[in-house]
Amino acid sequence: MSARAIAEQVRSGARTARRVIDDCLARIEAKNERLNAFSDVLAEAARVEADAIDRRLAAGEAAGPLAGVPFAVKNLFDVAGLVTRAGSIIEAEGPPAAADAPVVARLRAAGAILVGATNMDEYAYGFTSENTHYGPVRNPRDEKRVAGGSSGGSAAAVGAGLVPLALGSDTNGSIRVPAAFCGILGLKPTYGRLSRRGAFLFVPSLDHVGPFARSVADLALCYDLMQGPDAADPVCRGRPVEPTHDALDDGDEIRIAVADGYYAQSGAPEAHAAVARVAEALSIERRVSLPEPEKARAAAFVITASEGAGQHLDNLRIRAGDFDPMTRDRFLAGALVPAAWVLRAQRFRRRYRDAVAAAFQDVDVVLAPTTPVPAPEIGQETMLLNGVEMPSRPNLGLFTQPLSLIGLPIVSVPVMGEGGLPLGVQVIARPWREDHALKVARAIERAGLTIAPERP
Amino acid sequence: MHKLSFDADAFIDAAAPLLGLTIDPAHRPGVVQNLERIAGIARLLMDEPMPPEDQPAPVFEP
Repeated sequence: MSARAIAEQVRSGARTARRVIDDCLARIEAKNERLNAFSDVLAEAARVEADAIDRRLAAGEAAGPLAGVPFAVKNLFDVAGLVTRAGSIIEAEGPPAAADAPVVARLRAAGAILVGATNMDEYAYGFTSENTHYGPVRNPRDEKRVAGGSSGGSAAAVGAGLVPLALGSDTNGSIRVPAAFCGILGLKPTYGRLSRRGAFLFVPSLDHVGPFARSVADLALCYDLMQGPDAADPVCRGRPVEPTHDALDDGDEIRIAVADGYYAQSGAPEAHAAVARVAEALSIERRVSLPEPEKARAAAFVITASEGAGQHLDNLRIRAGDFDPMTRDRFLAGALVPAAWVLRAQRFRRRYRDAVAAAFQDVDVVLAPTTPVPAPEIGQETMLLNGVEMPSRPNLGLFTQPLSLIGLPIVSVPVMGEGGLPLGVQVIARPWREDHALKVARAIERAGLTIAPERP
Repeated sequence: MHKLSFDADAFIDAAAPLLGLTIDPAHRPGVVQNLERIAGIARLLMDEPMPPEDQPAPVFEP
């Protein structure tokens, strides 16, 4: 059931918040042992919050647009009373967070009930959520496969129907990749739109936070409720709230094109077929070239390696052995990256922003695949793309990484691949035009192309 | 793997002490492999002409 439908039931008295939460906790209890999506289940706190909402409603008070809606957050968001582990054992030694991250607090203020925190790649450095300390997150569509990463636990929780909403973070694709693999929607808003305070940052130059959902309306509503300035996050741009939810079906003239070149040929045929199917359904014939994706990806790669390692240099010096072997050697190598490479990458990033803005001159939205392949198997090291064997994990971000470099807002829309596994289509808009991306996602949903659509 | 004119092992030996890093012998092959991968990727940018007007966009508001 959608978040909006749950809130409607709770507000109308058709179901108590307590009943919603008890049902949700029962689903988690039944499925999480297999999926390993949740790292922490906050059963008691969630029941207490649900009872409080039911009391407020009984007293005739308002309970918020997400009244009684269960949600989960990647375990890199601060949750008051919970240790923010960020997938590591090192941070597990730290004290519990003193306060909720602002985006978590805003959803709670809207009546949503946090039922737990979710598993991830250590420190968000990965595309598969294969975490050696806490075990891999399993894909709800096929448990042999990865859920994607790094926000894999959140995506699996939503994909398995455990919760209707969850939060993740995206530096190079960490919302979009798991959304695609788990067959759900994910929104990476414009860089600087949502407050990242209280999120354990991975690469501050590139980090975004955003929501997962199973319907575009839920995704938009959740996003709207998290908007707003935060002077304490130096990257949050302090723009006014620009709501998207109520205007999703407004018939704006949105000019849409399909990305050609790199974005039309670097993946497996079924990834490109998924985009073609969407383009056909929406009668999109226009093509556009987004410039220099390889260099953009290189810039993101270098900035990530160096800045990511810089966040952990103190621990890399004294306890490198406590890092997950899946991230450790990359962090160590990243710590050694010459400054000139990083500065060069940052200079390229600025130039690239202008080059892509020029490509968007005659179009409002561009479509591209989210990943080059559907979810690989857990433990899979290599994949075959266009006849070339290459390392699987780093190349899952082939299509996401060049775009987050310049912070464009993107919705990953889930469609069914020819091989029976989900794939994603990136709906890419101009900076600050999340509304455009969400409206086109909504059009794809209305055309019946998305997987497991929620009844509105 | 990209052919590189630098010796990753020698670079690690020289640079790691400067950062106070000790590379465990067991971790070294992975560090070498990753450093070579980053170096190959960085070359795409280092080979790119970059005039002085291409400056970064840091977010810093005094």
